[in-house]
Amino acid sequence: MALQNANPVIHERKATRRQRPSIGDESAAEEIDALEVFDILFLGLDRIWPRDIRDPEHPYSLEQLNVLAEEGIEVDDKQSYVRVTFTPTVQHCSMATLIGLCIRVKLMHSLPPRFKVDIRVAPGSHSTAAAVNKQLNDKERVVAAMENPYLAQTVRDCLAPPEEYE
Amino acid sequence: MEAIQELEGHTDRVWSVAWNPVASSSNRSVLASCGGDKTVRIWEGDCSDSSSSSSSWNCKAVIDSFKRTVRSCHWSPDGKLLATACFDGIGAVWEDVGGDYECVATLEGHENEMKSIAWSASGTLLATCGRDKSVWIWEMEAENDFQTVSVLNGHSQDVKTVLFHPTEDILVSSSYDNSIKVWAPDPNGDDWSCVQTLAEPNQGHSSTVWSVAFDADGKRMVSCSDDLLLVVWDTSTNPLESSWLSFIILLPLIFKFCLFRKHLCTLSGYHERTIYSVHWSRRSGLIASAAGDDAIRVFAEANDPSYTSRAVFSMVGKQQKAHSTDVNCVRWHPKDDDILASAGDDGLVKLWRILS
Repeated sequence: MALQNANPVIHERKATRRQRPSIGDESAAEEIDALEVFDILFLGLDRIWPRDIRDPEHPYSLEQLNVLAEEGIEVDDKQSYVRVTFTPTVQHCSMATLIGLCIRVKLMHSLPPRFKVDIRVAPGSHSTAAAVNKQLNDKERVVAAMENPYLAQTVRDCLAPPEEYE
Repeated sequence: MEAIQELEGHTDRVWSVAWNPVASSSNRSVLASCGGDKTVRIWEGDCSDSSSSSSSWNCKAVIDSFKRTVRSCHWSPDGKLLATACFDGIGAVWEDVGGDYECVATLEGHENEMKSIAWSASGTLLATCGRDKSVWIWEMEAENDFQTVSVLNGHSQDVKTVLFHPTEDILVSSSYDNSIKVWAPDPNGDDWSCVQTLAEPNQGHSSTVWSVAFDADGKRMVSCSDDLLLVVWDTSTNPLESSWLSFIILLPLIFKFCLFRKHLCTLSGYHERTIYSVHWSRRSGLIASAAGDDAIRVFAEANDPSYTSRAVFSMVGKQQKAHSTDVNCVRWHPKDDDILASAGDDGLVKLWRILS
């Protein structure tokens, strides 16, 4: 399959992370904030395997390609609500749905079940943004898609740790 | 409303529940549920029993031969058969044979996930729909043999729900394309076609329409959507009751049924996330809704129902955190006005009693 974005711009990863108590401690009623969600999606924490979501076409992480940034994550812990806005690498990127699906699956596995998650492409960043958003937020479509073994495997591959961690 | 039972057993989200219309009486009810664990469970118990410690409720049968999520289930009007819609694209009809449910018919034809299946009032027709955008109508030719009557293409996207009118052979479908379509048999009776589309221009929905429900006699219908609205429609078939039919008085001579439905009322500002299911009680006239904000809401009509050109509804009950996650389905008990069943992403089927 020909790459749609053969020469992506690579951004530097944020070098520092602020210190916080590790999550995964079930007895603590931890408050989730944007940085926490950002880390779930990018680095994980000590008790969770470090994982990155990688752009299916490139070995770099979504952060390095500027597809997903901390600013794109909105969290309201009291309302148990998270919204993730991402920017696909190219306007007509057909991988947008797959990237969104990876984000949804990753959060589904990492956040407490009380959270409602909306995922969208940044307004104006994709030629069929409304159509992509509708699919990503249709629970039945997401569930049915993940029952497809090939798609489920692709998502697993995208969520697998990069080579450097192995 | 108060919770009277929690039925545990499913190991994944429960998508739908259905009360057996005949078997459910005052002290014994039968309920089917289906879900993401690829099973259908048949539950039996006494709705007046609200103790969970020595509950009369038990799971009397499990159908576990499905290959994928079972998305919806529907009992035939005589209560003898259960129809199921599965993500493998195949519809099935099951019969209780000495306690075990046996598959007596399969309906194959959809190209991908089947989302909904429904019996006609006569029990001789079944309708199915799915992600392939089509609606199929099947007729029982002989004992347990279903043949395709029509393959209906019209929706431009995934079709979420099909439902027959409670008395007439009219079918309604709702879709990811934001519209509701009404289908009726052609005058020569060989095929069905779309006779009306209710979409945004008719004061319809602006996002996926997840489900529809008729009132007891089918004169009105309510639809629910991802746009957070419930819309009530006038679907009365008597030309004299619908105010703007005088100019098409000729048409009823050609078509058997009055085909024009119109918007009556929109309920907005109540739901915070996608409304997945709605059901209209045949007995009490109350409307119940199930939503992704974990709540069940109950609405009652606030005006005289004989004033047919307008309808006013208000919310009379709300159960927050009815489930710990999304509520996917609500169904009123067929005989007991106060009882409601719900299905959730938490894998539970819950029974509720409405308190006045």
